Amino acid sequence: MASRRLGRWVPPVVLAVSMLVLVWPLAAEYGDVVLNHNSDKAGVRPVIFPHWFHRIRFRCKVCHHELGFEMRAGANDVKMRDLTQGKFCGMCHNNEVAWGLENCGLCHSGKPGLAGGIYGGHRTLGPGRW
Amino acid sequence: MARNLVGYLSAITFLAAAVFLVGCDRPGDLESFATKGPPSAEPASVNVPASPPEPVIPWALLAHDNLHDPRNPSLALMQEPAEALSVLSPAQEGNFVNWVAALRSGEISPRTNVYPETKIRVLDLDVLMVDTAAMPVVLFPHRPHTEWLDCSNCHDKIFVAKSGANPVNMFRILQGEFCGQCHGAVSFPLTQCQRCHSVPREQALQAVPK
Repeated sequence: MASRRLGRWVPPVVLAVSMLVLVWPLAAEYGDVVLNHNSDKAGVRPVIFPHWFHRIRFRCKVCHHELGFEMRAGANDVKMRDLTQGKFCGMCHNNEVAWGLENCGLCHSGKPGLAGGIYGGHRTLGPGRW
Repeated sequence: MARNLVGYLSAITFLAAAVFLVGCDRPGDLESFATKGPPSAEPASVNVPASPPEPVIPWALLAHDNLHDPRNPSLALMQEPAEALSVLSPAQEGNFVNWVAALRSGEISPRTNVYPETKIRVLDLDVLMVDTAAMPVVLFPHRPHTEWLDCSNCHDKIFVAKSGANPVNMFRILQGEFCGQCHGAVSFPLTQCQRCHSVPREQALQAVPK
C-alpha cells in the first residue's frame, strides 16, 4: 500500500525533473565556442572562445575574413604551432594587438572533457547542425 | 482519477515554482561579483531602505557558467560578461545585447581590420524576401550586416549574390544553413521572428514594382 502511494508520486516527480532540465538556464554565454580537437589529448584545459568579448573589440570580418576562420564551429583545426607562427588567434595574440600566447590559462580555461562546439546560451541551443 | 490529476498538477506547479526560485540565484551571483571589486570604505548597512526588486541578471559568472573550470587560476583575470554587456543596448535574448544598436550608437567601436591594406566594404542595399506565407515579409538589410561582416563571408558560399537564387526557408535556417549559420549561434537568435519578418505584406507590395 505504501509503495503504491509512493508510486503515485513517480510520474509528477519525473515530469517536474524533466521540466527542470528544460527550463534550467544554461549559463554559458551566447556564442561561446569550445575548442577541444587537441586540448584534452595534450593534457590541457579545452579552449573557450567568447564571441561576446571579441565582438566588443573587433568586427566579425577581422577573424572571419582577414584571418580566415571558417564560420562553422569545428571547421578550424587550430594548433598551437600555427598560432606561434602568427596564424589564427596568433595574428592578434602576440603581445602587439592583444596579450601573447604565454598566457595559457586565459584561453585554455574550460572544464576538462568539454565537447567542442558552439554553446548557444540561455534561450537557444543553436542550429541543429552545429 | 480527478484527485490524482489535481495532485499531479499541484506537485508540478510547486516544483516549477521551486525551480524558478532556485534559478533566481543570479542576482546573488552578481552581488558576489560586485563584491570582488574595490572594497568600499563603508560596510553595507543593515538599515538600507527597501529598494525596488532587482531585475534578474541574465549573465552568469564565468566560474558558474558550466564551461569555465573554476580551478583555473587565470579565471580571476578575465572580464565578466555582466561587466561588459550590462552597459550596452539591451535585447531580449542571446547576449541580451542589441549588437547592431550598440555599434550604431557608438557604445562600442570594434576594429574593422588588422591589416592596414584590407578594404572595408559596406553596402547599403535592402532586400525584401516576400515568400513568407502568413508571416510579415523579411527585410534583409545589407548595411548592418556589412558593418560587421565582409561580402565574402556570405557570397557566394552561403548565398548566391542574385535575387531569388537562394532556396531559403525556415527549416533550413533552423538546421544551420543560410541565415542560420550565424543567427541562432552568435548573432541574434531565431526566436526573434520580428527582427527579420519586419515588413507588413501590404506595405511590401507597395514597395515592390509589379
